[in-house]
Amino acid sequence: MANSGVGGGLTRRQLFERRARRRALIIASTSSLAVVLAIVLLVPLAPGWEAVKNSFFNGEVFLRTFPTLLRAFLLDMLIFAWCAPLIAIWALVIAICRDVQSPALYPLRIFATIYTDVFRGVPVILVVYLIGFGVPGLGLPRPWNSPYIWGSLALILTYSAYVAEIYRSGIESIHASQRAAAHSLGLSGADVMRFVILPQAVRRVVPANMNMLIALQKDVALLSFIGPVEIFRQAGVYKSLLANFTPYVVAAVIFLAITVPATRFADALLARQNRARS
Amino acid sequence: MARLELRNVAKGFGGVPVCRDISLTVESGDMVCLIGASGSGKSTLLRCMNLLEPIDDGAIYLDGQDISEPELDPQPIRRRIGIVFQSFNLFPHMSAAENVMLAPRRVHHRDRASLLPEIQALFDRFGLADRMQHYPDQLSGGQQQRVAIIRALAMQPEIMLFDEITSALDPQLVGEVLDVLRQLKSQGMTMVLATHEMGFAREAADKVCFLHQGVIVEEGPPEQIFDAPEAPETRAFLQAVVK
Ligand SMILES: Nc1ncnc2c1ncn2[C@@H]1O[C@H](COP(=O)(O)OP(=O)(O)OP(=O)(O)O)[C@@H](O)[C@H]1O
Ligand SMILES: [Mg+2]
Repeated sequence: MANSGVGGGLTRRQLFERRARRRALIIASTSSLAVVLAIVLLVPLAPGWEAVKNSFFNGEVFLRTFPTLLRAFLLDMLIFAWCAPLIAIWALVIAICRDVQSPALYPLRIFATIYTDVFRGVPVILVVYLIGFGVPGLGLPRPWNSPYIWGSLALILTYSAYVAEIYRSGIESIHASQRAAAHSLGLSGADVMRFVILPQAVRRVVPANMNMLIALQKDVALLSFIGPVEIFRQAGVYKSLLANFTPYVVAAVIFLAITVPATRFADALLARQNRARS
Repeated sequence: MARLELRNVAKGFGGVPVCRDISLTVESGDMVCLIGASGSGKSTLLRCMNLLEPIDDGAIYLDGQDISEPELDPQPIRRRIGIVFQSFNLFPHMSAAENVMLAPRRVHHRDRASLLPEIQALFDRFGLADRMQHYPDQLSGGQQQRVAIIRALAMQPEIMLFDEITSALDPQLVGEVLDVLRQLKSQGMTMVLATHEMGFAREAADKVCFLHQGVIVEEGPPEQIFDAPEAPETRAFLQAVVK
């Protein structure tokens, strides 16, 4: 009782922490403000500033191109929306193939290993070019010559290689005692995987996979190189038309509006999981 | 014929012998207790008995059938021999009821509806009627361990193996788990347990085996082992434990 009652029911410790918090806040905001002021005041003094401002931060161009670019971004979202679930499934298949024990299925294991090695070793843009231009080049009839299909496939194949490795790390993180307990009940190897290991493993790697989703969201823009007029290509069109780089800045702003909250969310998930496990 | 018989069983890890020349018979309805210092090979022996570890030499017979034959599929055998571990090993992503129902559903192809009354009766019997829908992390250690026992019993095994199932529990909770063992014994379950609960072993065991460095140094009825041990290793161990 000695400590309570002081300062409106707060203990001595709580009062100290409140003072410390306030002091930290004041110092942090003062120093941040100083840096921002320095940038705002000093950068315009640079000799080329007027030119840069005109070609990158042109308000008029910004407002004029924003609605169309936002609409083009819908196409990015759409491609993302069908790629993400297919990646989740295909990666799981690859991860399971890499873990099969039966000698009869050994070829699957070799295939999965080579697959992940190859697709993690080649730059995404190369895969997009090779599949996106190569396959339609075979002279397939419509709609099978669509760059949407083959471009998406390139993203799916590449991302699945990474996500499969994430799944695998999740599978390996499940303690051997869970496997032993499941086997001791007489469950088959496939059932142990399906009902005991995978559900725990997949949950455990959700934060890691969130980061892959964010990366995928950005890499959808690579498809612009093989045809689809999504936001990056649309920005390019405007750049040529208006001889101004502001449309790219608009595109960056739109991407950031999606990826920054998503990144924060992924970090929060990860932090929560770390706390739960410690 | 003995329910379970080990004949000259040997087991090692990476060339280091852990169990050597173990011979042991377990009669139907008996409770056999394995005692011995940490690292003496109790857990390893139990894991060999339900084929979680392959043995290097010797043989294990279940109702006269050689179950240590390397060509044999271990799954049907494991269904007949239940095991409960020191660390519970419940599946954390499933409720207590789902933990218990998983193996009967997948292995015996039973459906939930027909299983439920049986499962409910088991939860009732072990005082967990109101905990069926809880997840493992919402249960106390003693409750988790009882769910693990129910999970093994739901497969209707002929033999149950218990590996120090009370050593991760607070002293107040040990009693409730030991009560479960007494109940099982009174119903005629054949059991082998590794334990540090000397009082319980003396009271409930039909046979006590003292393991020392992977060898059964001495075995016999509890009165003999605890009151008149012959081997100097047994005497030294009991003295250290009782102190
Ligand atoms: N998977 C394994 N790989 C290598 N060595 C092992 C393995 N499992 C057990 N051992 C070794 O076998 C020996 C016996 O271990 P075991 O767990 O059977 O002892 P225990 O009698 O159960 O001891 P405790 O009372 O501490 O549980 C130990 O020296 C241990 O290090
Ligand atoms: Mg042990």
